Amino acid sequence: MSLNTHPNIPDPDDFYAELLAAHHGLSEAESHALNARLVLILANHIGERDVLRDALALVREAG
Amino acid sequence: MPYDYTPFPYRRAPGLDGPEARHPVFIVGAGPIGLALALDLARHGTPSVLVDDNDVVSVGSRAICWSKRSLEILDRLGLGERAAEKGVGWKVGRTFHGEEEVFSFDLQPEPGHKFPAFVNLQQYYVEQFLAEAALDNPLIDLRFKNRVTALDPVAGRLEIETPDGAYTLEADHICACDGARSPIRQMMGLEFDGEVFEERFLIADIEMQADFPSERRFWFEPTFHAGQSALLHRQPDDIYRIDLQLGWDADPEHEKRHEVVRPRIEKVVGHADFRIDWVSVYTFQCRRLTSFLHDRVIFVGDSAHVVSPFGARGGNGGLQDVDALGWRLAAVAQGAEVAMLRGYDRERGFAADENIRNSARATRFMTPADGAERLFRDQVLKLAAQAPFARGMVNSGRLSVPCTYPLDGPDAPDLPMGARPGTVAPDAPLGNGWLSERTGHGWLLLAIGQDAPTVEGVKALTLGSDDVLRDRYLGDADCALYLLRPDGIVAARWRDAGAQEIEAAREAACL
Ligand SMILES: Cc1cc2nc3c(=O)[nH]c(=O)nc-3n(C[C@H](O)[C@H](O)[C@H](O)COP(=O)(O)OP(=O)(O)OC[C@H]3O[C@@H](n4cnc5c(N)ncnc54)[C@H](O)[C@@H]3O)c2cc1C
Repeated sequence: MSLNTHPNIPDPDDFYAELLAAHHGLSEAESHALNARLVLILANHIGERDVLRDALALVREAG
Repeated sequence: MPYDYTPFPYRRAPGLDGPEARHPVFIVGAGPIGLALALDLARHGTPSVLVDDNDVVSVGSRAICWSKRSLEILDRLGLGERAAEKGVGWKVGRTFHGEEEVFSFDLQPEPGHKFPAFVNLQQYYVEQFLAEAALDNPLIDLRFKNRVTALDPVAGRLEIETPDGAYTLEADHICACDGARSPIRQMMGLEFDGEVFEERFLIADIEMQADFPSERRFWFEPTFHAGQSALLHRQPDDIYRIDLQLGWDADPEHEKRHEVVRPRIEKVVGHADFRIDWVSVYTFQCRRLTSFLHDRVIFVGDSAHVVSPFGARGGNGGLQDVDALGWRLAAVAQGAEVAMLRGYDRERGFAADENIRNSARATRFMTPADGAERLFRDQVLKLAAQAPFARGMVNSGRLSVPCTYPLDGPDAPDLPMGARPGTVAPDAPLGNGWLSERTGHGWLLLAIGQDAPTVEGVKALTLGSDDVLRDRYLGDADCALYLLRPDGIVAARWRDAGAQEIEAAREAACL
């Protein structure tokens, strides 16, 4: 499977709001730490090295 | 009781009194690797001269963890059982974050192997056993207090200094087993590329009465050594190894002083009733030579590659170098093409990369750079308490296992993966002995569940199949043929093959 960059989350606005809510009240350092944990958890869930590699390539390009 | 560092006998070298005949093999350095190489060559009938600038074993233990593969290699040199008996066997490692266990591993979950996954044994014992065997071996000319001071790598000429003066000597092959700082490498001006980890570690061996289990225990951010990491591991003679991460700013000279070391160790073990056996402060590196072959010089062990010790890949990797080199160099010394040595460079270069990759990753996990590295490291540790997946990312060292060489010998792919070409032929119980005792002496054709065709220069071992052999060698097949190299590595395998195919595979495996 390759990286899916097409819309895949039902109700993306709701998800986006939940993502921000998860960071609510955190300092910048705490937010970074939360993001790092989130990346690790999601990466494990995806589990496919090809997809993860594509994702890493895309974030480098997009940055 | 402290170890007794009795010096080995010094003898006047013949070269001081007249020119010596050109030697087939000359080995610089009687550390574990040079000694094992001389013994391995002797096993294959090749004599060598082995010199060391010193006349005692390694002062302070350094290497303590010897892998199953190393024990199998030592066994062929007649020392495996002695090392395993003296050593403390172990297979479980536990990693803690603070006081909580976050990761554990069992390195040998299955029975049916002659040797345990690891034994802990001080390096000075390993060197002592090897040196005693070498001194007893008529094919080894072991010269202590002989220091190589210059060499011509093309002609194979060496200058050697002794307490009785200097002499020169010539050899066809020079094995540089002269350690991480390799004077030979420096004399030849070879680049030793890699990375240095900006961190200091206190390494101490202490003697105490305790009943810590013989597991490897590693702590990230332990309560007794704030913010750093620590390791505790048992050795024979009531000696325990303790590693403490100190930070890059630590002053090594200050940290080595016993009055500074003692209170640190008291916090680890919880009392003051111990004797300090040896202390040192290290900064670790991972480096390798691009090529291990240069003119007549062959680099083996730490002179060719160094790793940080988390994973015990230094000495164990070096013994595997010996294993890959011994049979080839013996063959070359007895007339085979020199090109055969390229297989050593190829395979052990591949292994060095794997060992460096693993050792560097573990060291980086312990000593993350500021920024993203530290962020992810800390969050992995935090998650590990709750999420099983993160435990596998906690890295306090991935312990030495032999790599699988990328060989392209004939393969029957439906046979078990664990015995494919390039792997060490797995051990198995055989009546009242072990398969590992039968492999690794010369070329061997293992015929399981069938008769072995006769192939010149290849011994045959015919075995009926049992559960263990089926599991490790057959899978769903009824029978198989395995061609094993003189180092016990699987060169090729078939369900069935004729003598010609086997002979061709053997020839190809020498390239
Ligand atoms: C703290 C620490 C812990 C370690 N733990 C482990 C472990 O648990 N397991 C493991 O497998 N490895 C471990 N290692 C690595 C292991 O100690 C080395 O890989 C091993 O000693 C390498 O052996 P060697 O024979 O290549 O080199 P060395 O042991 O360094 O021997 C080189 C020899 O060459 C001699 N020599 C040098 N120059 C000359 C010259 N010009 N002429 C003559 N002789 C010369 C020296 O005197 C020395 O005897 C550890 C290392 C350290 C520092």
